[in-house]
Amino acid sequence: MAEIVLDGVSKRFPDGTTAVHDVNLTIADREFVILVGPSGCGKSTTLNMIAGLEEISAGELRIDGVRVNERAPRDRDIAMVFQSYALYPHMTVRENMAFPLTLAKTPKPEIAAKVQHAAELLDLTALLDRRPANLSGGQRQRVAMGRALVRDPKAFLMDEPLSNLDAKLRVQMRTSISRLQKRLGTTTVYVTHDQTEAMTLGDRIVIMESGLVQQVGAPQDIYDHPANRFVAGFIGSPAMNFLPAEVHDDGLHTVIGTIPVRRAGLPREVVAGIRPELFQDTRIRHGASFTGTVDIIESMGAEKLAYFTFEPGTSFTQETQVVARLDAKSPISEGDPTTLWYDPAAVHLFHPETGVNLTR
Amino acid sequence: MRLRWGLIDVLVVLYALIPVLWIVSLSFKDPSTITDGALLPTKWTWSNYAGIFRNDDFTRGLVNSIGIGLIATFIAMLFGTMAAYAIARLTFPGKRALIGFSLLIAMFPQISLVTPLFQIERALGLFDTWPGLILPYVTFALPLTIYTLSAFFKEIPTELERAAKMDGATPFQAFWKVIVPLAVPGMVTTAILAFIFCWNDFLFAISLTSSSAARTAPATISFFTGGSQFEDPTGSIAAAAVVITIPIVVFVLLFQRRIVAGLTSGAVKG
Ligand SMILES: Nc1ncnc2c1ncn2[C@@H]1O[C@H](COP(=O)(O)OP(=O)(O)OP(=O)(O)O)[C@@H](O)[C@H]1O
Ligand SMILES: [Mg+2]
Repeated sequence: MAEIVLDGVSKRFPDGTTAVHDVNLTIADREFVILVGPSGCGKSTTLNMIAGLEEISAGELRIDGVRVNERAPRDRDIAMVFQSYALYPHMTVRENMAFPLTLAKTPKPEIAAKVQHAAELLDLTALLDRRPANLSGGQRQRVAMGRALVRDPKAFLMDEPLSNLDAKLRVQMRTSISRLQKRLGTTTVYVTHDQTEAMTLGDRIVIMESGLVQQVGAPQDIYDHPANRFVAGFIGSPAMNFLPAEVHDDGLHTVIGTIPVRRAGLPREVVAGIRPELFQDTRIRHGASFTGTVDIIESMGAEKLAYFTFEPGTSFTQETQVVARLDAKSPISEGDPTTLWYDPAAVHLFHPETGVNLTR
Repeated sequence: MRLRWGLIDVLVVLYALIPVLWIVSLSFKDPSTITDGALLPTKWTWSNYAGIFRNDDFTRGLVNSIGIGLIATFIAMLFGTMAAYAIARLTFPGKRALIGFSLLIAMFPQISLVTPLFQIERALGLFDTWPGLILPYVTFALPLTIYTLSAFFKEIPTELERAAKMDGATPFQAFWKVIVPLAVPGMVTTAILAFIFCWNDFLFAISLTSSSAARTAPATISFFTGGSQFEDPTGSIAAAAVVITIPIVVFVLLFQRRIVAGLTSGAVKG
């Protein structure tokens, strides 16, 4: 169990790339924190710095209040699960899981007991004498987890541990990781680029882009109050609709008409952000509305995605697409002019240049 | 089509094997029939083999060959493994120069070194000693071991060392307990190649020795004489040639089986 503090941590590679820039983050004891962001944003680099696999260029990393920048990975007492699992092919499952304990010179009977315990926890008892080559992807993933948790480390680090699994297994493993973490109560930092994993797994999410932390917060809080346009677009599926808007006395002029929002201190132009799930079809009429022609409907079973395209007009030069997430029972159909309703108070406004959320 | 290829195969194999068969046949011929030109001996005898093993110089040569070969191989493997691992995994100043130099050594015409080495070893007292041969053998076996081993190390996923470090291994433990076991097939192959190189050498063995103190088997054979001035040593030379070829055949068979082993499967995703 441990508290991990990143205090102004940066990473500059020898070739000049700044992969991580001034990250400040306090991960509480027993917390499950998710690092999420697009490919190349510095998630793995951040994780590797916590692990000790990558040197910290600037700033301080503290575990339980002690500076560990200079400590080798083995002196940090942290376990890691790799995206590729990195199982030792010449060892059996049992030997793989026992490896950290063997290195720590744990007495043999204790090793056997701990491996057995971890194997039961992960449903691996039948596979203990197999070699990694003879395991399925999901089984390998569990062995990798087992190797991390046998030695009861201060913290777990996981770098996209589920991304090599098929969709169904991923959902299954997601819930079991979540359950396991709650049960063990070990501080966990989990890297993913999958926003569903981010939303469902963690106590808190850290959203990164180009080496910078964009926002830190509870999943729901981030969803409700994104700090900027990047976060708003990254969290939520399908992504938030962004509409360029001109600020006038009667509200915001956009391609979907006037949004009746009046606020003091807005710049002349803003970007309005409306979540697809904010739209309601005509059966619920309140708030503001717009009318358009449905291009395409994607039926997802439990819900429908309706896509509208707005041609460039006199004041807006770009073609704009709007997507609405509607109930599966919604009567709308492709090619029909349709009116959708939304609550104008729930529309986010972003600064057109800085992207900062002006409504937060 | 198939027949034609089969025929070509047979021709190539015959072309390659006839000299070998010939020398095997010679080694079994009685001295009186040695010049009869028959492919199969008319009078079979073991006396050539018995003769060479009664010859102290030859048995001494075999001991020298094995001893010098094993020691040189061991040293070349020890340093070659470390150098190859560094080349495969690390970036360090002078890495390109190291690779370039070892390639240069591998390509260097050995004959041009014989005279200087002869002078140097005489001055240092290494002439006609085991170290006097081990040194040049290590020098020329090293590029070979570095090259083949670094290719093997590069095949092993880096994540394994990172995983080992996270599991609490020191860099040496990660190398010794994770990388080396996975590289064993490659290391065995490389060691065999290095040993064969030392075993087959004639040039250094003949130039840097003057007695049976360090003279290896191939060099010893060239000093074979008959029991008397009138006796022809052909049969003995043939028998000795067969004897020193046997280890090579054995090694090559071993080596073939080793190289197939795909030990790394299952390490990462796969
Ligand atoms: N050894 C290195 N030398 C130079 N640049 C590097 C090195 N390793 C990573 N980078 C760069 O640092 C940035 C962050 O890389 P990182 O691996 O942390 O991304 P990531 O967020 O984990 O992405 P992904 O989701 O694709 O795994 C990238 O732009 C990458 O090109
Ligand atoms: Mg990554």
